[in-house]
Amino acid sequence: MKPSDLLTPTPAGLYCPPADIYIDPVRPVARALITHGHSDHARAGHGAVLATRETLAIMALRYGEAFTSSQQAAAPGETVRIGAVDVRFVPAGHVLGSAQVVVEHKGLRIVVSGDYKRERDPTCAPFEPITCDVFITEATFGLPVFRHPPAHAETAKLLDSVRLFPERTHIVGAYSLGKAQRLMALIREAGYERPIYIHGAVEKITEFYRVEGIPLGEIRKVEPGERKAEGRKAFAGEIVICPPSAIQDLWSRRFPDPVTAFASGWMRVRARARQKGVELPLIISDHADWDDLQATIREVGAGEIWITHGEAEALAHWCGTVGLKGTPLHLVGYGDEGEAEPDAKPAEEASA
Amino acid sequence: MNRFAWLLDRLAYEPRRNGKLALIADYLRTTPDPDRGYALAAMTGGLVFQNAKPGLIRALIAERTDPVLFALSYDYVGDLSETVALMWPAANANPSPSWGGAGVGGERPGERSSGGAPPTSLSSPQGGGEAPLSVSVASGHNRAPLTLPDVVAGLQKSGKTEMPRLIASWLDALDETGRWALLKLITGSLRIGVSARLAKTAAASLGGIAPDEVEQVWHGLEPPYTALFAWLEGSGARPEATDPAPFRPVMLSHAIEDGDFDKLDAGEFAAEWKWDGIRVQAVAGTRPDGSRVVRLYSRTGEEIGGAFPDLTEALTQDGALDGELLVMRDGVVQSFNTLQQRLNRKQVTPKMLAEFPAHIRAYDLLAEGDDDLRAHPYTERRDRLEAFLGRLDSARFDLSPCIPFASWEELTEARADPASAGAGADAEAVEGCMLKRLDSPYLPGRPKGYWYKWKRDARLVDCVLMYAQRGHGKRSSFYSDYTFGVWRVGEEGADELVPVGKAYFGFTDEELIEIDRYVRKNTLNRFGPVREVTHTASSGLVFEVAFEGLQRSTRHKSGIAMRFPRISRIRWDKPPGEADRIEALEALLPAGG
Ligand SMILES: [Zn+2]
Ligand SMILES: [Zn+2]
Repeated sequence: MKPSDLLTPTPAGLYCPPADIYIDPVRPVARALITHGHSDHARAGHGAVLATRETLAIMALRYGEAFTSSQQAAAPGETVRIGAVDVRFVPAGHVLGSAQVVVEHKGLRIVVSGDYKRERDPTCAPFEPITCDVFITEATFGLPVFRHPPAHAETAKLLDSVRLFPERTHIVGAYSLGKAQRLMALIREAGYERPIYIHGAVEKITEFYRVEGIPLGEIRKVEPGERKAEGRKAFAGEIVICPPSAIQDLWSRRFPDPVTAFASGWMRVRARARQKGVELPLIISDHADWDDLQATIREVGAGEIWITHGEAEALAHWCGTVGLKGTPLHLVGYGDEGEAEPDAKPAEEASA
Repeated sequence: MNRFAWLLDRLAYEPRRNGKLALIADYLRTTPDPDRGYALAAMTGGLVFQNAKPGLIRALIAERTDPVLFALSYDYVGDLSETVALMWPAANANPSPSWGGAGVGGERPGERSSGGAPPTSLSSPQGGGEAPLSVSVASGHNRAPLTLPDVVAGLQKSGKTEMPRLIASWLDALDETGRWALLKLITGSLRIGVSARLAKTAAASLGGIAPDEVEQVWHGLEPPYTALFAWLEGSGARPEATDPAPFRPVMLSHAIEDGDFDKLDAGEFAAEWKWDGIRVQAVAGTRPDGSRVVRLYSRTGEEIGGAFPDLTEALTQDGALDGELLVMRDGVVQSFNTLQQRLNRKQVTPKMLAEFPAHIRAYDLLAEGDDDLRAHPYTERRDRLEAFLGRLDSARFDLSPCIPFASWEELTEARADPASAGAGADAEAVEGCMLKRLDSPYLPGRPKGYWYKWKRDARLVDCVLMYAQRGHGKRSSFYSDYTFGVWRVGEEGADELVPVGKAYFGFTDEELIEIDRYVRKNTLNRFGPVREVTHTASSGLVFEVAFEGLQRSTRHKSGIAMRFPRISRIRWDKPPGEADRIEALEALLPAGG
């Protein structure tokens, strides 16, 4: 069979006709497989959802228990038969619970990697390369200018700055699912023991990570009243983690002489950092960088590479230079959360 | 080099002017000679490398990267130096110019070798004492103890053939921040939000003196400015200007605003025409040995005399003229377009000198012989200027005449009709007028309250947005460059839009976000960084475009080129079908122009 008979891009997302399922659909469908909890991949309103236990829990936290009519947890590595198709969830190393979906039918194997990274992450299971015929990849950082430095070195940059400016508050923008908790874990690994403060929007997911047994040390929510008057002084020299949208908000300006930091792969490009008014860019990403995209593609041994979103043209072009067939799928609706297109609003992105 | 790279990196992320000043001053205070002098030279545009140019950098990266990936990356990043710094393959990767990218075959995912991905490191910059505020520090993996003076000497002394190899070896040895700083240095455009003035202000703060005092001695000095620092730190005498024909910082004006006329007294001002050419400073002086030096400077102090021997030969008196560079034929000022043709020629040929005779219409006299006139009032300088031009006795220089007026109303009339108000046959070259306080000294920069420019009213036309292109730098994520058109009758007899210009400013940041959103929602086609936007009679976006003038052009499909177009208003309310037609623009073309 042709790969496109097994999986085919549609306006609702990747569709698998022999199993009648969608993977990460952007519109409500009868049966959906969800790779991870970021809102561009995991949406509410499907009839039935198959995902890892963690991803199901995250969806319930964000959308309420009624986010789907029925749900089933996929155990990592275990094969589930849907129609005539074998389906398996394998760790993607992106955020807690994130998985690749391996779809197999009549000897043809396609891996839908969702979002993934190869760098070590203390808060989730590492990416497992699966050999396949077709590898479906994202390309958020699919340009040779994106080479992420080691995350622990970037974390040290933050802690250096905290030491140098003991009278200032370090406000770090980080996506509320995954990046924020990974940053906390990295900060702890670097030996920082003071409480880490968080914005209310980061609280629920952080609590979930803790319940899942990921040690994050003492985390304290910034209470609304605390930022006023004498309470503010208390934040001098502290680290506060907030969603990226809050770093340019009034919210962050109430802290004493804040140093604005942002943890994202986009911080590699100076203009991007300056545009957001970031003084301390931290290049920490939950997506594969250019080198890791290439290494992963080579490792899984697929002859055909389908590219869902991001810098698809560049990655497809590179595939051609090494004798692989790279095809941009131009899937619409991905990259709203996580790290793609940091400046665009979801509504615009859907039409872009 | 590490400390210098560190400084540039910090400056690039420091938004506050005072923060920048503190960083530069700290750097200058804690960095030894000659390093700090070369850094100051880099920030003031004082380093020029004959054989190291952006073209060389492009050639180096072209040998090492795939052209398509480079083009896509450059488009994304928007800055040549930064693109190359980020893309430069790690030195330990496959040394053959393969296009596979640096990571292939070398590293395993999840691991980084030290020479691999460019790390941003933690340690303090090496050499030259403590880092004043080391937040994002950029030293780590810069292996070679490459010093800034070494780099400057290498760039100045190496020949064309050895230069590429030299630069490549440095790029191999530096980390990302180091590469970026080196490339900024070579390409000469730092773009870190530091003007020459700001850097000099920081230097002046070392000695607790006014920035203008540094400006006064500046043009006699050469990098690495050892004498300047000695003076500023109190261990040396004030450096004497040794250049007999130095550049003097230009005095600039403020645009006059509607309400200003109520506050200003017409009796305290003189008015002159503002000519549509290039503002220059022509300076002549004599060395102690009696030899003469004649220089022509652009308004930013760049030397352009080499292209204008007809002018430098004619400046036979010692002094410093401020004026407008024009092309003059048979006593009549030619259009800016004609001047542009002369400026565009690289080589000075006798034919070109005859066809495009250069001319300076003088506004001011800053020095006469050894006499600095800048502190004297405008009226006195003006008298001295007239006498000076008389002694010059050359048709290449003349006086920019004053416009007689007794009230603002009279001046408004004169401005509306320059031809009958004294500009005569040159009226086409009038861009507006200048108001100068009679008692104004000649001050560097843009001092308040002395000089005003009152530009000719821009013309307005309603155009339809056709294409939008992603901007560069700060705007690299926005569609900020717009091509717009007006209606004409097409070949089939039906109306069609024809592009008439391109603009990328005139709107606020908020408006940019709105236009960007509009572009994304109404894209017809995508061509790399360019999007074609819906543009029919019933659906599309209308811009009110302001421009300064029109020229006929064979290079444009419409046959018309706009000068200085800008978006004056966004007409969200206007249907594209009601935008202007090409005939409206043709009516504005200068006759026979
Ligand atoms: Zn995503
Ligand atoms: Zn994601």
